[in-house]
Amino acid sequence: MTFSKKLFELLSSMRFAVSVLTILGIASIIGTVLKQNEPYTNYVIQFGQFWFDFFELIGLYDIYHNLWFLIILIFLACSTGLCIYRNAPLMLKELKAFRESASEKSLRSFSHKIELKSAYDKEETKERLLAFLTARGFRFKFKAQTDGSELIAAKAGSYQRLGYIFTHAAILIICIGGLMDGNVPLKIQEFLGHKQIETRDIPATEVPKISRLSVRNLSFRANMTLAEGSSANVAFERVRDGYMVQELPFTIALDDFRIEHYPTGQPKSFESDLVITDPELTAPIKKTISVNHPLIYKGIAIYQSDFQDGGSRLDFNVWGVLSATSKPFPLVGRVFGKSPLGEGADALQVEFNDFRKFNILNLSADGKGKPHNVGPNVTFKVRDAAGQAREYVNYMQPLQLDGKYYFVSGMRGTPQEDFKYLRLPADENLTVDGFMQLRAALFNKANHAEIAHRFALDAIKENDAQGKSRIQFEKSVQQLLGAFSEGGYAEIAKLIEASVPEKQRDKAAQTYIKIINGAAYQADLLVREKTGVKAASVEELVPGFLQDSLNAMSDLFFYGEPIYLQMTNYEQREASGLQLTRSPGKNLVYLGSVLLVLGIFAMIYIRERRIWFLVKPKAGAVVFAMTANRKNRDFEIEFEQYCDQLKKTLVN
Amino acid sequence: MTSSKHVSNENHQSFLQRLNWIDWLYAIVLTVSALFAFKQYAEFMDIYEISFLFGAVILFSVLGWSWKPVRLLVVSVAAVSVFSTTLYHADLARIDQVFLLKFLISSQSAIMWMNVLFFLATAIYWFALATRSEFSGRLASAITWSAVLMGFVGLMVRWYESYLIAPDVGHIPLSNLYEVFIVFCLITALMYLYYEQRYATKQLGGFVLLIVSFGVGFILWYTFDRHASGIQPLVPALQSYWMKIHVPANFVGYGSFSLAAMVASAYLLASNGLLTSRLPKLDVLDDLMYKAISIGFIFFTIATILGAMWAAEAWGSYWSWDAKETWALIVWLNYAAWLHLRLVKGLRGIMLAWWALIGLLVTSFAFLGVNMFLSGLHSYGTL
Repeated sequence: MTFSKKLFELLSSMRFAVSVLTILGIASIIGTVLKQNEPYTNYVIQFGQFWFDFFELIGLYDIYHNLWFLIILIFLACSTGLCIYRNAPLMLKELKAFRESASEKSLRSFSHKIELKSAYDKEETKERLLAFLTARGFRFKFKAQTDGSELIAAKAGSYQRLGYIFTHAAILIICIGGLMDGNVPLKIQEFLGHKQIETRDIPATEVPKISRLSVRNLSFRANMTLAEGSSANVAFERVRDGYMVQELPFTIALDDFRIEHYPTGQPKSFESDLVITDPELTAPIKKTISVNHPLIYKGIAIYQSDFQDGGSRLDFNVWGVLSATSKPFPLVGRVFGKSPLGEGADALQVEFNDFRKFNILNLSADGKGKPHNVGPNVTFKVRDAAGQAREYVNYMQPLQLDGKYYFVSGMRGTPQEDFKYLRLPADENLTVDGFMQLRAALFNKANHAEIAHRFALDAIKENDAQGKSRIQFEKSVQQLLGAFSEGGYAEIAKLIEASVPEKQRDKAAQTYIKIINGAAYQADLLVREKTGVKAASVEELVPGFLQDSLNAMSDLFFYGEPIYLQMTNYEQREASGLQLTRSPGKNLVYLGSVLLVLGIFAMIYIRERRIWFLVKPKAGAVVFAMTANRKNRDFEIEFEQYCDQLKKTLVN
Repeated sequence: MTSSKHVSNENHQSFLQRLNWIDWLYAIVLTVSALFAFKQYAEFMDIYEISFLFGAVILFSVLGWSWKPVRLLVVSVAAVSVFSTTLYHADLARIDQVFLLKFLISSQSAIMWMNVLFFLATAIYWFALATRSEFSGRLASAITWSAVLMGFVGLMVRWYESYLIAPDVGHIPLSNLYEVFIVFCLITALMYLYYEQRYATKQLGGFVLLIVSFGVGFILWYTFDRHASGIQPLVPALQSYWMKIHVPANFVGYGSFSLAAMVASAYLLASNGLLTSRLPKLDVLDDLMYKAISIGFIFFTIATILGAMWAAEAWGSYWSWDAKETWALIVWLNYAAWLHLRLVKGLRGIMLAWWALIGLLVTSFAFLGVNMFLSGLHSYGTL
């Protein structure tokens, strides 16, 4: 055998097809288990540098669009194609053949045969047999035998054979369609170095030609994010850890993006009002697209895929939370923008990353309550002069937790961590002001003497004579307040460790906390006198407020930055995420799918059967033989029935 | 001796000629009902929904003509469901006020009845198998039918209830794991009942209803532990007429594959000398297994293709190598190989039975495991 013959044998063989399919199956499973197209840093963290490099080399991070995966598909297509080429002619021949040359001897060697007596003459017998065959959908042919007898060769269900051809052709066609959409030419260009992905974060116009795909590109699947009021004529195709710029033969502008919500807060619909302008058009096309309702123009389908912020304007009050200031200052920011805060060595930069108007959260303690909308939040990073950044997420409105209202802010040092949440208690007016005033009063060392004095007067009223112990008490209160304003409970713990013997520490801690609570109560009264608010204690209005405030103040020392951004207003600007695809293979895939279904139907539900009657007038007998290319239970039952029915047909 | 209706041993009349007056009456009732529904609700339906409405008339007519008990089932489901909806007076609060709704035919109650009846039927089928009691077998069969009736009533009423929550929340109950598990139980049980009649054997009921009971167990867990039985509004991606055909087609596939696996387990027991005298003959089991996988394979193929067409419309690509899609491909390849070996190579017996049984693992991973362990676009039913 020559090499090419051998290769042909191998490629068209069943075992080759099975091997290819097995590899395809395993590769596919790997692709579902290993999250595809994650940012590459995630993989490095997950696998470590060595395995990361190895997996990258074999392309595990985007398995389905790898050259080798496409090559497997090509092999599958070849194998199927050759299989058709090899077997189809024989199948078609079988489809036509009646096998009327069967001899009596061969008929008698069949496993399903019987000799029947006929009560009729030759013509009548033939007629009855033909009626029998016709009623059951058999087609037939005659052949006179040399001894005067006649053979009727019949068959039914021949189109079962087409099932094989259809299913195999379907797989071939689907593979070709899929390969067209898999964009093999681009893969090859990339392999040869004619095209290269871009990994830098630069404007689309600056992306060099080697990373740009022209409008003639056969197939692509690219994304575009359009803010309301903006337009674009390029889309981005994500490739591994970079992207390519896909040029479009038209410009898309976004007039408006809308999200509708159900009463429960879940999103109900996303809609984008698009305007398409094209020099070839006399008037621009205006069309609203939504999920499940794309727009197709020039063979490019435009889908609503997601949405994000498009640069909303945000207003904040900035509170210096570790200082004694009781007044905030305003800050204006824009999502994706940066705002400087402070100057010199303490200068900070706030980078706004996202704004969400709706947040559906389940805040019930046992997690069994219903999720509901808790209002807008903002995600931002605060970067210090050294370039270190912490990420924050702040909710605009107070959230109800365990029956009480808190302003919640999450903080984390790295994206891998979970957010740790700071809860600032809301005051009786559901604002953050009450807490901020109290904090300012307690963190202001100038107030400590006054607070301590009032507290001592209040606490040691009866023993007025012992002025000495009151002064002593005042002093310790001042000392505690001083420690608390420098580091919260942690600082007080240090104080206890330094000055109290180990055995008495628990007791001392309890006492100290009581004292801090009492001082906080006095501080609250002081604040209310100064601000002129009626002197009812906040504790009467919001139970637990003082304790929650003290906890929050203590937590502020672990909040990372000494500022709290309170969102006061926003002007939302949304951006719509569009997906643009050109898939010339789609119709081929659909055609293949139709063929596939037809083919499977034919293979399973058309049963090919052949019947031979050898009419022997001299013996007054008929030899009945039957066969099927698939002998199953149905066939056995049918043969029994035919025997019974034929006996009745041929008896007078 | 087993009957075999598909090869008629009387005269060879065509399918339509064999229909009797009840068949025609049934079809007329369906048509009139559809026309009534059309007259009432045409303004709320798009072209796809209208074609599904009349498509359903054809589908259920042919189904009822080919398998007569379906006629009674369809009419009963319709009658009980419509009766149930009249008790609501368009107010969901009446579920707790009206006796019949509270205890029998509100969607949750009906589904609970389905659960109980399926458990009961499973037990009685096993009892019938153990005692060779013909009466128990018939009883189990009747209870299974009742369970199917209650399940479908539950789904129909749930459909109605979803519109009572808010008109824009209303949708066909095929949108989350809770709902599709009910569909799974119903389809698997119905397919079993079909083969039970066709092969005149009730001995396999215990086996097949085991997997249905597993489904019921899941529904109970999902209801009581996860509180996930409530009706949720549809996310935008699911708001499509495709859902009405893609999901049922898929579950005919899953149901048949499960049925085949349970029959395979019976085959393996019988071929090892266990329960051999009580179970149907091996060739009957083999044939049943093949038939179930065939029908499942066709529906699974169609469902996957419909899914691809829907994906093209909703996600922008007919194939995204999403975890569910990929596992659907694996399941498809698995059964394609099974059928190929049987049809082309003529393989039979123990190996194929083992394969069908192990195939259930692959199938259930595609059905459930993907939702539990993998993430992707199909994340409508998370655990």
